[in-house]
Amino acid sequence: MYAYDEIDRTLVNERVSEFRDQVKRRLSGELTEDEFKLLRLQNGVYLQLHAYMFRVAIPYGTLASNQLRALAHVARKYDRGYGHFTTRQNIQFNWIKLAELPDALADLAEVGIHAMQTSGNNMRNVTSDQWAGVAPGEIEDPRIWSELIRQHTTLHPEFSFLPRKFKIAITASDHDRAAIKIHDIGLRLIKNEKGETGFEVLVGGGLGRTPFIAKTIKHFVHGRDILSYIEAILRVYNQYGRRDNIYKARIKILVHELGIEKFSREVEEEWQHIRNSSLQIDDEVIEDIRSRFTYPAYEKLPHMPDELRQAAADPDFEAWRRNSVAPHKIQGYSIVTISLKPTGKPPGDATAEQMDALADLADKYSFGEIRVGHEQNLALPHVAKRDLPALWKALDKLGLATPNVNLITDIIACPGLDYCSLANARSIPIAQELTRRFANHELANLIGRLHINISGCINACGHHHVGHIGILGVEKNGEEVYQITIGGRADESAALGNLIGPGVKFDEVADVVEDIVEAYLALRERPEELFIDTVKRLGVEPFKERVYATR
Amino acid sequence: MTSPLEQKKIRIAGTSVVTANRTWDGAVVYRTASKGWSADLSEAAIVRNSDEAKALLAESVADDVGAVGAYIAPVQVGEDGKVEPGNLREQIRRTGVTIGQPAQV
Ligand code: HEM
Ligand code: SF4
Repeated sequence: MYAYDEIDRTLVNERVSEFRDQVKRRLSGELTEDEFKLLRLQNGVYLQLHAYMFRVAIPYGTLASNQLRALAHVARKYDRGYGHFTTRQNIQFNWIKLAELPDALADLAEVGIHAMQTSGNNMRNVTSDQWAGVAPGEIEDPRIWSELIRQHTTLHPEFSFLPRKFKIAITASDHDRAAIKIHDIGLRLIKNEKGETGFEVLVGGGLGRTPFIAKTIKHFVHGRDILSYIEAILRVYNQYGRRDNIYKARIKILVHELGIEKFSREVEEEWQHIRNSSLQIDDEVIEDIRSRFTYPAYEKLPHMPDELRQAAADPDFEAWRRNSVAPHKIQGYSIVTISLKPTGKPPGDATAEQMDALADLADKYSFGEIRVGHEQNLALPHVAKRDLPALWKALDKLGLATPNVNLITDIIACPGLDYCSLANARSIPIAQELTRRFANHELANLIGRLHINISGCINACGHHHVGHIGILGVEKNGEEVYQITIGGRADESAALGNLIGPGVKFDEVADVVEDIVEAYLALRERPEELFIDTVKRLGVEPFKERVYATR
Repeated sequence: MTSPLEQKKIRIAGTSVVTANRTWDGAVVYRTASKGWSADLSEAAIVRNSDEAKALLAESVADDVGAVGAYIAPVQVGEDGKVEPGNLREQIRRTGVTIGQPAQV
């Protein structure tokens, strides 16, 4: 867990009272919507189809149980009893009343939660691996660096009025769970030959209308230089970035237009000016942040406790364990992923009751800590293996033990036309139908790892470009039409998917996905060949043939 | 269902209303003929050509203490005078999400 200091607490409280005053002036008519819009966006408040939407940051995806209870409280008291966990380690409330928002913010501020950096053309909340600090083989806890960057960039004037929003993600593992290659800046913690900690820096990734996979701009930047290097990138961006055209304003467009070589030369030159400035990070600063991340007092526990051995006889438990439980850096412990993808329900939603109960389970079994991942699932990061059977039973009672993590029904979907004012088509009902089609978990296991990502418009909040199967809703003559891609991925081998052919209607999407899956099952060389690998080996053609042969 | 936020020009094809979100709580509302806002579509002022639409929109936008983000939305008026949303987006705004919710109010 991370302990916020006094500066943060004061800042958050000041923001709440400022916003209270702004809301009051808005409701009385003293402020027009035009004047108010920027202010509300700075506090995470959007306007959607039916209501205001309130987006709250969960920095690097780490939550304490009391914070999760506060989110449950906001869902219950100010919203309709649920919240939606998003791909950006945020939670969104869909039915908040503007008049009550200052109270909701104040209640959250009491537990150190806020909505800064969740919207607007500024540095957004830095995201990280949801297994940070507990994944085996990690270079070091990436949240230390996420926090350093958060502190440096929060409300920093130079980063508050960028040409466009700016997103940074950090990972410290070989397997990238933070999708760093689709961020404006992606950072991968590594060690150089001398054993010093630093970063491979990637730049220019992003989805939306013009998707790009990030390119490596520098293979090693020493940890102490990371702030000056990021600042150099941002200065070049601030100088050249297109403020005239919203569709061309992201850094990915600049990197693409200048070319990575020229862009990196510009950054290098800028960096030489500022590298030895006050931006160089003292070891004490890092030590101070490191000391604020506390880890539980782990016990010395056996690798294979009796409880686990006995439970293994239960096929239902085993089905859940196989997909949801991952190795932990400490022997005798596990990381447990909690699926927010029950059959037939909107991906990523959790009710206030579930959040409260999960907070209790976190206290009982995970040292009071919960994580939020970009796949719209939650995790308990420190569960003793002997407790896994009891935890599973408790989760199952709450509807939180669907054994589908990383399977075809573990779908990422944006709010789409059911909520979002920018949407062209619905996303959630497509996801719901797919979870029903593949509700048989044995079948889903047979298919193996397969990520379906769905967005309701080209902004790509549902990461459709990097889904193994990507589904994009568009509008054609007043009707919802869906374009389907295959072969995308968001991990260390990130790639954009390829279109399989003409768009299909709302009612046909699930059939098409079934056809693609059947084609895969027939085409794979052996059961271990994942869908994504079969697509890589054979390309789009055989899938296209299968889907369009009868359509 | 191209977002009206992307609509630059006012072109209307057939009957339309002006809709917005109520300022204090964000609820969907429609501009009425008596220069107010109503959550009930049947109380909306109906416009039938661009000039009427422009005038109604201008008046609605001016009342931004009442509601925000006003825009022109298509409706269908039945022979019995019953007003129905003219596209899926407006249908969803009127009747709510199509997905069932984990919890209702
Ligand atoms: C209804 C509220 C939302 C609005 C108005 C909205 C708006 C946008 C817009 C305009 C973009 C495109 C930015 C660009 O390409 O310059 C975008 C991208 C994105 N949004 Fe959203 N979004 C919403 C909800 C969400 C949700 C629910 C999630 C998470 C599930 C999300 C996560 C993202 C991500 C990951 C991207 C693409 C990555 C990138 O920045 O290139 N957004 N959003
Ligand atoms: S992808 Fe489009 S429809 Fe989906 S949440 Fe983002 S802006 Fe809305």
